[in-house]
Amino acid sequence: MAFFLIKKIFTMFKWLEKNLPKIVMAPAVGLIGWFVYGFVLWTLYISFTNSKILPKYELWGFGQYEKLWASRKWLISVDNLLVFTALFLIFCIVIGIILAIFLDQKIRAEGVLRTIYLYPMALSFIVTGTAWKWILNPTLGIQKMFIDWGFENFTFDWLVNREMAIYTIVIAGVWQSAGFVMALFLAGLRSVEDEIVKAAKIDGAGLFTVYWKILLPMMRPVFFTSFVILVHISIKSYDLIVALTQGGPGISTTMPALFMTQAAFHKSQVGLSAASAMMMFMAVAAVIIPYLYSELRRENAR
Amino acid sequence: MQDNYQSSSYKELEQKSKYTNIFLRWFLYFILILFASYFIFPLYVMVVTSLKTMEEIRQGTLLTWPSSLNFDSWLVAWGGRGYGAGDTFLRPYFWNSIKMVVPAVFFSTFIGAMTGYVLTKWRFKGDQWVFLFLLFGCFIPFQAILLPMARTLGTLGISNSVVGLVLVHTVYGIPFTTLFFRNYYISVPTELVKAARIDGAGFFKIFFKILLPISAPIIVVTVIWQFTQIWNDFLFGSTFSFGEAAPIQVALNNMVLSSTSVKEYNVDMASAIIAGIPTLIVYVLAGKYFIRGLTSGAVKG
Repeated sequence: MAFFLIKKIFTMFKWLEKNLPKIVMAPAVGLIGWFVYGFVLWTLYISFTNSKILPKYELWGFGQYEKLWASRKWLISVDNLLVFTALFLIFCIVIGIILAIFLDQKIRAEGVLRTIYLYPMALSFIVTGTAWKWILNPTLGIQKMFIDWGFENFTFDWLVNREMAIYTIVIAGVWQSAGFVMALFLAGLRSVEDEIVKAAKIDGAGLFTVYWKILLPMMRPVFFTSFVILVHISIKSYDLIVALTQGGPGISTTMPALFMTQAAFHKSQVGLSAASAMMMFMAVAAVIIPYLYSELRRENAR
Repeated sequence: MQDNYQSSSYKELEQKSKYTNIFLRWFLYFILILFASYFIFPLYVMVVTSLKTMEEIRQGTLLTWPSSLNFDSWLVAWGGRGYGAGDTFLRPYFWNSIKMVVPAVFFSTFIGAMTGYVLTKWRFKGDQWVFLFLLFGCFIPFQAILLPMARTLGTLGISNSVVGLVLVHTVYGIPFTTLFFRNYYISVPTELVKAARIDGAGFFKIFFKILLPISAPIIVVTVIWQFTQIWNDFLFGSTFSFGEAAPIQVALNNMVLSSTSVKEYNVDMASAIIAGIPTLIVYVLAGKYFIRGLTSGAVKG
């Protein structure tokens, strides 16, 4: 009997030892399975119910999605997101590329400049938003600065102007993220072998041609990565808007992420907020899945 | 290299191109410095504003240098004015954030190191799929998990607590920490591990004796990344906590938005600097590692 027990314990240890790696993996897989996949599925399910304050589990069909796309606030959110994403992308990428190319010209104090360009990335969007809110406020900020300098008719009231407030979010967002694009492109440019540039120069290509015709086309993966990351940041942008405008004036700067949390936690529209969350999820998936696919292919090709 | 032409016209040309070069150089520096001032401007404004009195703020402009270095607003931002109700200040929330960041960074880094180790050195059938399964967690918009997370924290009895936020940040940090460690360990030669296995070393012994001693760089990258992400988080903090359990970013936002009689911009700016200083210090001290983390895990918004 005792022998049998010992043998059993022994085989158990054997089994443990053999499966130890999988056992160590289990918590991570379990947590992600539950908290990511399980939760997304739950949200998906709830988006098909008529949940108000509390989740209900009877299916209701696409009612929430119909309500969502009929909501003026949601349409403004989507509109704002498109405007913001377009401008945010263009400015971040253009500024990032200019800075990367200029820094690549054997600049003195390159390290200092690079540090300055990138430090906003270390700050939270709340800190950024607080600072820009102060700078952009019409009574004591930039507007007052120019008036005091003698430009008496100078107005810069974008922050409190319905039509223009969305652009203040672009200013602050670009300020925070352009340096990051610079870092990506600088790393990309530095990884190109000197020989290629030298050869082009011997063939008589000017600096402009070298960049425009040779180096930038080689940066396609960097463009792609920057694009994906910036779109991802912009779809999820929430903190910056909360800190800078809280979606105002009125609802002129509201965005999907803000819509979602307000519907869920302030307006008792759980079903509707779940539907908006799923729309965001699908938007991100549409960008990320091709990206992951191409990354994996590149890795496998290596 | 090019032949050495001696004709005078070439010399002229060379002279001319030298001038354009000098001009271009100046242009280059001009643009670079212009952008540097755009990037430094808000930080400068924050610092000088925090050192002014409200009277000075009304009289001067954004750029005016403060008449004296006055740290009163910093003291108010950090410790309050000392009267009871409505006196909000950052000190307790700063400690909330520390209490949240330290365990969350530790747990997520540890779990990431373990999963990264298994995925590269104890490979099993279908491990790429497991990696992809975890990796996908980097990309989800967190709005898609907010509702069930709020309910789960409520069921577990840890909503509106630092413990709850530690759990949330640990879980949603795992995809990133796994990615970091997996990509690092994949470049460590597997022969080392195989040899140790033949010598009879077990799973944990190999990790602690072989992998861990060479992991310093990736641990630094991961810890910095996780620290910055969790310290700067607002979405989870504002959704799952309020009042006394709130982390510093939430408290900063509440302070700035609170509509008490007079808006004290100097205190606002001092608060913003206090909330931003820990991550700024990390960035200045370990910029290289910061950037490395940024470029490999930056898909998080």
